Amino acid sequence: MKFPYTEKVLEHFKNPRNVGKLEEPDGKGLEGSPACGDMVAVYLQVNPDTLVIDDIKFESYGCASNIATASIITELAKGKTIEEAKKITWKEATEELGGLPPVKAHCSVLAVEGLRSAIRDYEEKHGLVSEKEPTTVDVIRSRLKHVMNPMAGLDIVRTELVTKIEVEEGVVRILLDLPSNHQFAAAIKEDLIEKIESLWDVTKVNVVFTE
Amino acid sequence: MFDKMIYLDNSASTRLDEKVMDAMKPYYFDTYAVATSEFGYSMGIEAKEGLEKARETIASSLAASAEEIVFTSGDTESSNMAIKGVIAALKKKKGEHIIVSKIEDFSVLNTAKNLEKKGYNVDYISVDAEGIVDLDELKSKIRDDTALVSIQHANQEIGTLQDLDAIANICKEKDVLFHTDATHSYMRVPIDVSKTPVDMITMSAHTIHGPRGVGALYVRKGTALEKWMDGGFQEANRRAGLENIPGAVGFAKAVELASPEETEFLRSLRDYTIKRIFDEIPHVTLNGNKTQRTPQNANITFHYVEGESMTLHLDMRGFAVSTGSACFSRSLEASHVILGIGGDHERAHGSIRFTFGRYNSKEDVDAIVDAMKEVVTQLRAISPLFNK
Repeated sequence: MKFPYTEKVLEHFKNPRNVGKLEEPDGKGLEGSPACGDMVAVYLQVNPDTLVIDDIKFESYGCASNIATASIITELAKGKTIEEAKKITWKEATEELGGLPPVKAHCSVLAVEGLRSAIRDYEEKHGLVSEKEPTTVDVIRSRLKHVMNPMAGLDIVRTELVTKIEVEEGVVRILLDLPSNHQFAAAIKEDLIEKIESLWDVTKVNVVFTE
Repeated sequence: MFDKMIYLDNSASTRLDEKVMDAMKPYYFDTYAVATSEFGYSMGIEAKEGLEKARETIASSLAASAEEIVFTSGDTESSNMAIKGVIAALKKKKGEHIIVSKIEDFSVLNTAKNLEKKGYNVDYISVDAEGIVDLDELKSKIRDDTALVSIQHANQEIGTLQDLDAIANICKEKDVLFHTDATHSYMRVPIDVSKTPVDMITMSAHTIHGPRGVGALYVRKGTALEKWMDGGFQEANRRAGLENIPGAVGFAKAVELASPEETEFLRSLRDYTIKRIFDEIPHVTLNGNKTQRTPQNANITFHYVEGESMTLHLDMRGFAVSTGSACFSRSLEASHVILGIGGDHERAHGSIRFTFGRYNSKEDVDAIVDAMKEVVTQLRAISPLFNK
């Protein structure tokens, strides 16, 4: 038998740890979207006094790398404080798994992003975001890197679907190189708004198509 | 863990038939000379006879004549030869416009894209939700300067069959050459060139338990085709390079071994697979047309789960199948066929292609459907999209 993954990846893929969902999570992160490819959800239960992650669960609509990375990430994060868990990197996770094929990097990065966004959700909900940075074009661009281009399976920034980003007094304007009647226009728009509208100082998101 | 691999990816490649190997062997060990002219030495003359006999077998499978068959290294070469050869021959006489469908295999699609990059005009015809080419669009896109229409007979992923007669007749009426890639239908769905006015047909041995690296192009007598690869004068000066005589002989043997009874057997496996999956696994969609499809292909989307996860679980249990998921492909791009039939990423993401061959059995189908039920249940249990 010859599989494209390490024993450890296969083991986590076959028997993923901490799968499922927490009914009333203290923090929740969702990365990816079904219209566009892989998707991962991370749920956290955090001790409010110690800020230790007491429980963590994940769900995945993804490939083997995605499932295995999410599984190992939950193992690494459980019992750590949110500050420590934030620092878990994709590199650490993949090293723990004995490596992943380079082409699969983006599938596994999604799992790390899922954990980070669950922690951010916890912090936002519990007033732990101390300094509120104003939203800039760069902030928007980095968030848009999490929106997939379904035609390519890569994000909309890398595939140059985003032609322009403007931010003015809480109003974000995003120009896409895509006609409004395109098969994926609605899915991309929905995904994109979801990533941007939660920013604290954003009041409105305008998505502009080519026609 | 399991005794043997159950291989259900017969559109990717097939296991060679021992009888094919037996037919090829003498041309490797006894009659291994190159095909010589009738004035050459005897081993070369015998080799040439083997090659020509193989050519006749391929020709008669299409009701064509032997001189209309050119042996190639496979379907990719055949389609390149057809498209590039016609464009080169007709660009001045006819024009620089070609038409292909959106769901062609890469050998046609990327040849067209390459020509487009070089300045030729290409139209990509749409297909409906089941993969059937829009004939009205085809008619409307044919222009005075159209040199060639290239539309596949059967789709490589979803098995949809085009109405070859209708397309060929549209092209004939408009006086445009018509090439079809029949890699996935050859010897499974009959083609008769004495009735269907198709000008060129791509065929390959590897999909019918023949050797890899051998194919053929049917070229109707009188078709304008410029040689696209320079070299010697083989294949009546249409294809340069040493003839692969053992390969051609093996190809012909594979053609002889493919029977209408076998086609019916494959169809029964296909229908049984589809029936069991639809009866026993909820939230599934058949990709392609229910009746206008190749007998060996079942392509099904299992919603809320991802394809590579399914194929890996199946691989660990001893089954080989493929998926249109981006995660499975080398390019990390989702299947252009599923997107072409109006499906979204999700449809491609959870699609599994089962393709049957001579060495499969009803027991294989039962085994994989049983495994599939467990794998899909297991993956849906961890999917954030599945409402448990």
